Amino acid sequence: MNSQSTMIAIKGAAKSYDGGRTFAVRGMSLQIEAGEFVAIVGASGSGKTSLLKLINRLIEPSKGVVEIEGEDVSALDPVLLRRRIGYVFQGVGLFPHLSVAQNIAITPKLLRWDSVRCASRVGELLDLVRLPRNIADRLPATLSGGQAQRIGVARALAAEPKIVLMDEPFGAVDQITRGALSGDYRELHERLGLTTIMVTHDVIEAVLLADRIAIVVGGEIVETGTPHALLSNSKHDYVRELMSLPRRQAERIGALSSKGAH
Amino acid sequence: MDGLDPRILEAFEFLPNYLGQHVILSVSALALGLGVSLPLALWGARAPWVSWVLLTSASIIQTIPSLALLALFYPFLLALSLLAENLFGTGFSALGFLPSLLALALYSMLPIIRNTVTGISGIDPAVKEAAQGVGMTPTQSLYQVELPLALPVIMAGIRTASVWVIGTATLATTVGQTSLGNYIFTGLQTQNWILVLFGCVASALLALVVDQLLAFAERALGKRQRRKLIAAALALCTLLVGASMAPLARGQDDYVIGAKGFAEQYILASLIEQRLNAAGLSAATRSNLGSAVVFNALIGGDVDLYVDYTGTIWTNYMHRSDGGSREFVFDEMRAWLEETENIGVLGALGFENAYALAMRRDRAEELGISSINDLALHARELTVGGDLEIFSRPEWAALVEAYGLSFAEERTMQPTFMYPAVVGGDVDLITAFSSDGHIALHDLLVLEDPLQAIPPYDAVLLISAQRAGDVALAQALAPIIGAIDIDQMREANLNVSRDEEQLTSEEAARRLWQNIGAN
Repeated sequence: MNSQSTMIAIKGAAKSYDGGRTFAVRGMSLQIEAGEFVAIVGASGSGKTSLLKLINRLIEPSKGVVEIEGEDVSALDPVLLRRRIGYVFQGVGLFPHLSVAQNIAITPKLLRWDSVRCASRVGELLDLVRLPRNIADRLPATLSGGQAQRIGVARALAAEPKIVLMDEPFGAVDQITRGALSGDYRELHERLGLTTIMVTHDVIEAVLLADRIAIVVGGEIVETGTPHALLSNSKHDYVRELMSLPRRQAERIGALSSKGAH
Repeated sequence: MDGLDPRILEAFEFLPNYLGQHVILSVSALALGLGVSLPLALWGARAPWVSWVLLTSASIIQTIPSLALLALFYPFLLALSLLAENLFGTGFSALGFLPSLLALALYSMLPIIRNTVTGISGIDPAVKEAAQGVGMTPTQSLYQVELPLALPVIMAGIRTASVWVIGTATLATTVGQTSLGNYIFTGLQTQNWILVLFGCVASALLALVVDQLLAFAERALGKRQRRKLIAAALALCTLLVGASMAPLARGQDDYVIGAKGFAEQYILASLIEQRLNAAGLSAATRSNLGSAVVFNALIGGDVDLYVDYTGTIWTNYMHRSDGGSREFVFDEMRAWLEETENIGVLGALGFENAYALAMRRDRAEELGISSINDLALHARELTVGGDLEIFSRPEWAALVEAYGLSFAEERTMQPTFMYPAVVGGDVDLITAFSSDGHIALHDLLVLEDPLQAIPPYDAVLLISAQRAGDVALAQALAPIIGAIDIDQMREANLNVSRDEEQLTSEEAARRLWQNIGAN
């Protein structure tokens, strides 16, 4: 895999929902290389989810351009575009009237895969997200929060996308499940050679998972860098303040555990 | 009680035809309503202004009383039919099935549209975004996600519509469409409460069965149980086909007999039908039609023959306000009908059924009233009860003007209830019918009409233009022309509407025929 080729390029994208009076996204630019795992971190209403939806055209930019593998997405059929990009929705978004297997196979079915190929793909994906295959016939309402999140990931990966967009993917589950899920996903990201963009408000999650973090404030990307770079030195007060949280927690946990060891 | 009331057994004889026609009408109206409403509602679910327009118009339609909606479609279709006849040379029957179908289909739209729009717009926006996000087109999202999720709400609307339509279809009787309403209207006019109950129970049971079958189908559809769904569909089809056997098997009748909505008309229609059958001709009766509906149906050829009254034609259609002898009015009317409307007159039946003002004898004596002249002096303190039509008919206007009448109150009621009302003192006098057996039964005083403001009302047998040269018809009915005197008709009328030993109109007609034969 050529890790130096640019997968996604966002160039000066802006989005206004009220005809230009206020902007949810104001001139964001971000370049994401193939195989990269980028976390977009920001508070609620900072514009991070809007940025994500600009990539697969769930919303259209008021200004600017989004390119995937060098192609302007506004020139592509939005429906076909979405079928080749995996999307993990905030709050999971499984279809309540469809079984686990039908949920996972939804995009392959739209791409007219035959039923044998769909069925074997469902089995593969259940293995991949570490769920028993006998879960396939159950309805989403009968699943635990963690199971539903895993199905959400499996559905995003079903049509073998190169790009996965994730909107607070592990938000609705408890701490322990969350750790296991995010770890498992990072492993899948490596194994399948995915390009992943994850929106989160959880700095610690971003620091532990991502190759690179973009910090969003008030519709603008204020700083981009590796977790290491952002943790050690940042030009912005806000970013320093934000990044001090994981460091302080890590220090306190370290102190507590070394005390306990002696 | 040893065995069922004979009136119930009698009612069961009509059940296959009434139920069958009721089912065909209701199912067709629902199918048409669904076929129009669902696509409109789906459009409305995408465009808010469309759903606003749809819901507002459907709500307005719903506020029109169902009887009025049915009644309005009749003249509308009649005009359309005439237009079609002028343009293409062929008209269509504006009576019966078509107006009922259209009115009921319109009536079924509100619950279907409202529930579909509500069901679809009530879906969690996150689920709709997910459908878009996994790569569905708007159409795929609609059929694969939104409609299945809204299904329970949509089905609830369809079930509401089906119950409404089945219930309201009983009113189709009034525009000449046979339905379970025939029991109710006929029962009401002849004070045969068993018949009324029978009609209510039958239509309620039908509504219940259809509702439960739809509920069963809904559950099967929701759980994607194909077998149960097929079973429900089969059951519905069986009901439809089974019920429509009887009316379809009847085939085309030779003649259509019209009848207005009161006992005398039912008896005369039965008598005509029996005479035609005896001559080897088949006939169907459309009863409970309004005066104007049946007259226009005769002009339009939807009805072949019916009995009307000279005075009614004289004042309502010829717009005459003068009077005259029975013979004079009859001859003038016959000439006018043949010339202007191309309607044939087979002849007068022999008796008169005139409007008459009737009072309780003791009350009249107390006030010293014996004629309408006397009545005029007291009218301001009196309440008059009348049938549904009288106060808006020209005869009433002529009567009021001739005597300078002005009543304290005019109350409208079903003819059935006028006699108990005057006997019980709820009203002081009523606009009775001179051939009604109740006048003698309750010993009411019929007020004299010295100014002859009320024209004569000879019962006359009218036939449509296309039956003008029909010798078989004329021969079959010749024995009843001029053969029925007022006492015979009063007795027959009383036979079907008294509480004791009540007869059906068919039996009363048979007995009337025996009496005629005895003369």
